[in-house]
Amino acid sequence: MKSMSAIIFKDIVIEMRNKESITSMLMFGVLVLVVFQFAFETINVERGLLAPGTLWVAFSFAAILGLNRSLAMEIDNDCLQGLLLAPISRGELYLGKVASNFIFMMIAEAIVLPLFVVFNNLDFNLKFLEVAAIACLGTLGIASIGTILSTISANTRIKEVMLPVLQIPLTVPVIIASVEATREVLTGDTRGISSWLYVLAGFIIVYLTASYLVFEFAVEE
Amino acid sequence: MKLKVLAILTLVSMLTALYMIFLYAPREALQGDAQRIFYIHVPLAISGYVSAFLLLIGVIGFFRTGDLKWDRFGETAAALGVTFISAQLITGSLWSRPIWGPWWVWDARTTLQLVLDLIFIAYFMLRSYLPDPQKRAKLSAVFGLLGMIDVPINYLSIYLVRTQHPQAVVSPGGGGVSPEMGLTLTVSFTAVGLLYAYLFNRRLAIAKVEEEVDYLEQVVLAHE
Repeated sequence: MKSMSAIIFKDIVIEMRNKESITSMLMFGVLVLVVFQFAFETINVERGLLAPGTLWVAFSFAAILGLNRSLAMEIDNDCLQGLLLAPISRGELYLGKVASNFIFMMIAEAIVLPLFVVFNNLDFNLKFLEVAAIACLGTLGIASIGTILSTISANTRIKEVMLPVLQIPLTVPVIIASVEATREVLTGDTRGISSWLYVLAGFIIVYLTASYLVFEFAVEE
Repeated sequence: MKLKVLAILTLVSMLTALYMIFLYAPREALQGDAQRIFYIHVPLAISGYVSAFLLLIGVIGFFRTGDLKWDRFGETAAALGVTFISAQLITGSLWSRPIWGPWWVWDARTTLQLVLDLIFIAYFMLRSYLPDPQKRAKLSAVFGLLGMIDVPINYLSIYLVRTQHPQAVVSPGGGGVSPEMGLTLTVSFTAVGLLYAYLFNRRLAIAKVEEEVDYLEQVVLAHE
């Protein structure tokens, strides 16, 4: 537990000094929302139907950007070697990185979400606390699998390209469940929401456990 | 020798299956001749799941023993998975055009198979960018494990979105088919199964040769 918080603390200090991860995710998320506004401007469809999809495209692609940065940071100057030499288990190292990735993604999303409300002319109300809760779950799902996949992709020559290739097919359940849950909250018809939340929770539990167990194979030299 | 027997059996059963599909099986009342593609489509789909299962076995075998033999096993399963699932998606698309209208419907099973196909392709892309055999085996095993765990979760999440795929007629509780159709389906299942087994053996042998060539290349380079 102590080693985990040390990793989180280290990542936060680095982020506060260079501000690379959060700014890049934030800018990318906002740009995706803007592009979607142009893409759907001319067609006459209800914005509310498209909105959850655009939000999660922005979140999931921004997350990939952040994950790439988070690992690139460790690989520059051989920081990963140092981390591996530290007297902590590989599993704790994994959980620490998941936690710091999750925190940075949530900070970026906390700024993207209000902009999303403004761009789509929605109302600021209690619904957005529910959307934020869904975003928490979805983001944790993306962070749990993204952290181990970014470690794998970092071993290849084309790591920036490899990460989305590996990650997008595996996060299909997270995207489906988050989009559907968000849509149900925004339309006010929340009868089926519990099954989506179960899918998200199940995904998180399964992938945190599996990745915790096999992370040592992903970082071993 | 064994492989030769398997090859001949595959050829014979394929020809028998083709004969039965086109000439023996009765014409389906509602869909007409387009339905005949189903005799190939269904066995291909099942082989896709079999590939996922075999890849999982290969991954677990590798984690337990660290033997590259299991890495080759997993790679072979994934190679056949890509081939058979892609063929299945194409046959599905050919059937969908005359019966449903569109080439592609984002229905539950279609989406599931496409995602599985994408996972297999990602597995290959990852492998091709990892030159060192030990590292490649280790990292692709980790990805293979994560990918195959994804299959049941995908299944669940995609099925929660409503499905338009025809319900399985031959599964328990399904409507059932005429005896001729059932026999034809059994024969084409056998044919595709034999083809799968044959290709699996051949691909496994090729993977072993590839590995040996890799090793020899390194030896030669070291001596130069």
